Amino acid sequence: MSENNNNSNGLLGWIDARFPLTKMFEEHLSKYYAPKNFNFWYFFGSLALLVLVIQIVTGIFLTMHYKPDGDLAFSSVEYIMRDVDWGWLIRYLHSTGASAFFIVVYLHMFRALIYGSYQKPRELIWLFGMFIFLALMAEAFMGYLLPWGQMSYWGAQVIISLFGAVPVVGDDLTLWIRGDFVVSDATLNRFFALHVVAVPIVLLMLVVMHIIALHEVGSNNPDGVEIKKNKDANGIPLDGIPFHPYYSVKDLVGVVVFLILFSVVVFFMPEMGGYFLEHANFVPANQFKTPEHIAPVWYFTPFYAILRAIPDKLLGVIAMFSAIIFLFLLPWIDRGKVKSVRYRSTTFKWLLVMLVVSFLGLGYLGALPVSPIRTTFSQIFSVGYFGFFVLLWWISKNEVTKPVPERVQ
Amino acid sequence: MSSDDADNNRRRFLTAATVVVGAVGTAAVAVPFLGSWSPSARARTAGAPVQADISKLEPGQQIIVKWRGKPVWVVRRDKAALATLPKVEDQLRDPESKDSVQPEYATNEYRSRKPEYLIIVGICTHLGCSPTYQREITADFQGGFFCPCHGSKFDFAGRVYQGVPAPLNLVVPPHYYVSDGVIRIGEDGVA
Repeated sequence: MSENNNNSNGLLGWIDARFPLTKMFEEHLSKYYAPKNFNFWYFFGSLALLVLVIQIVTGIFLTMHYKPDGDLAFSSVEYIMRDVDWGWLIRYLHSTGASAFFIVVYLHMFRALIYGSYQKPRELIWLFGMFIFLALMAEAFMGYLLPWGQMSYWGAQVIISLFGAVPVVGDDLTLWIRGDFVVSDATLNRFFALHVVAVPIVLLMLVVMHIIALHEVGSNNPDGVEIKKNKDANGIPLDGIPFHPYYSVKDLVGVVVFLILFSVVVFFMPEMGGYFLEHANFVPANQFKTPEHIAPVWYFTPFYAILRAIPDKLLGVIAMFSAIIFLFLLPWIDRGKVKSVRYRSTTFKWLLVMLVVSFLGLGYLGALPVSPIRTTFSQIFSVGYFGFFVLLWWISKNEVTKPVPERVQ
Repeated sequence: MSSDDADNNRRRFLTAATVVVGAVGTAAVAVPFLGSWSPSARARTAGAPVQADISKLEPGQQIIVKWRGKPVWVVRRDKAALATLPKVEDQLRDPESKDSVQPEYATNEYRSRKPEYLIIVGICTHLGCSPTYQREITADFQGGFFCPCHGSKFDFAGRVYQGVPAPLNLVVPPHYYVSDGVIRIGEDGVA
């Protein structure tokens, strides 16, 4: 029995004596004090959670009709689209949800970048978040193989071949991942298992750890000041407000707006002009014919453009993976003490602009066929992308910043 | 847990021994699970040799044969195509196929047993796309194979050009001529 338990009567009291329901509700919602100055950028955490729920629910229902079999997979997806009642809706919710997930997560990460939410003492929140991003990429990649279309097949072939660049064991490694000499039924079946069971479990665990770490340290805010430094007599931060009802209600507005936009895509443009569902994927997988133009789905194109920018197999693969490793190391690359972009130097702001332009540029180029001029631009943007991290490390040591206020403004 | 009369050395040894035994057990259990990802017996059997009739192939034509689930191309090269081979050598990454994969009998400038016929695995050595056969010889490209994925180029012997991402020449599979019009892919044979 916990001592600060006021509801000792009735059903809730009975539960609280056996499970810390009220205690958890208070710790994470009604008595979790978040800074009072959250703005637009703070919608995307709760939205990511919403999309995760959408993906899990729609995914469960898709598995009820889908066949993870090289001969049946493609037609079972068409069966879902044409013959299963509401099957088209469930599938479009799932495919749109995949892209929505990345939009929301990229914006969520950008928020962390501009307000320094990865800095001390929130390094672990950032690391858990990065592992979520990694798991999400694995989940999206393996899910994309399941419809067994041309782009599914050749996309998987290319990405698995990346591991072939590993010295010495590369070829055996790719053989082991595929379970066959080429991408085949064996590959499809294991990707299905990983996509619907293994990775989602890891993802859910990581999300829980991400939130526990966040609630342990407390949320950052657009001013980048620690609200726990100024508390009232009861130990409640002066600039904090309870997450519930204040932010639960605010986030509800975000949810409504998000769902409106999400529905517009689901009902009116589920393929998004070939960016959410690629045209080549409406052709069944053919192991003898690579599509004329092969590109990953939009959320992978920035990294794919980095891979293509380097005319050497191993170096290209290394560059692509380092693009993600650099993100992991961000809390230690940034040696600055000031968190929010509001009080950081003009140089930092220009570096941010350079990163965003490079990332968007790479994303745009990665979706297009190769040409010499595009390769040159990919190389320039790659330098811009990596340049952000190198220059940030360099300038953040002795950065000239504005004075940070004591309290939230 | 700790008490004054406890033998801490003994306790540490037992803890370490338990951890080691547990780790060995975990590693041993991992073997069957990781091993289950290797190609199954069925997949390995499907890698058996295949035969193809090439008697009806016209000069310049290409046919695709399935071997181990991979496309294997049989191209009957005409005189014009063969004539390009020595001309492009200085633009190639590995013109003598020293680093590339091919049987000994195909380690020559034609990369084949008979100059006329090229038998080659149609999978790019970069990231595994299947290149397309470019029969036309133009001023820009002396013909051969072009990979649409990342722009790698190969000549009529499957030898890779410089300045493209593919590191090696296309792979020549083991093969031999059962008779003049029939080849067997997947075995070295005699001729």
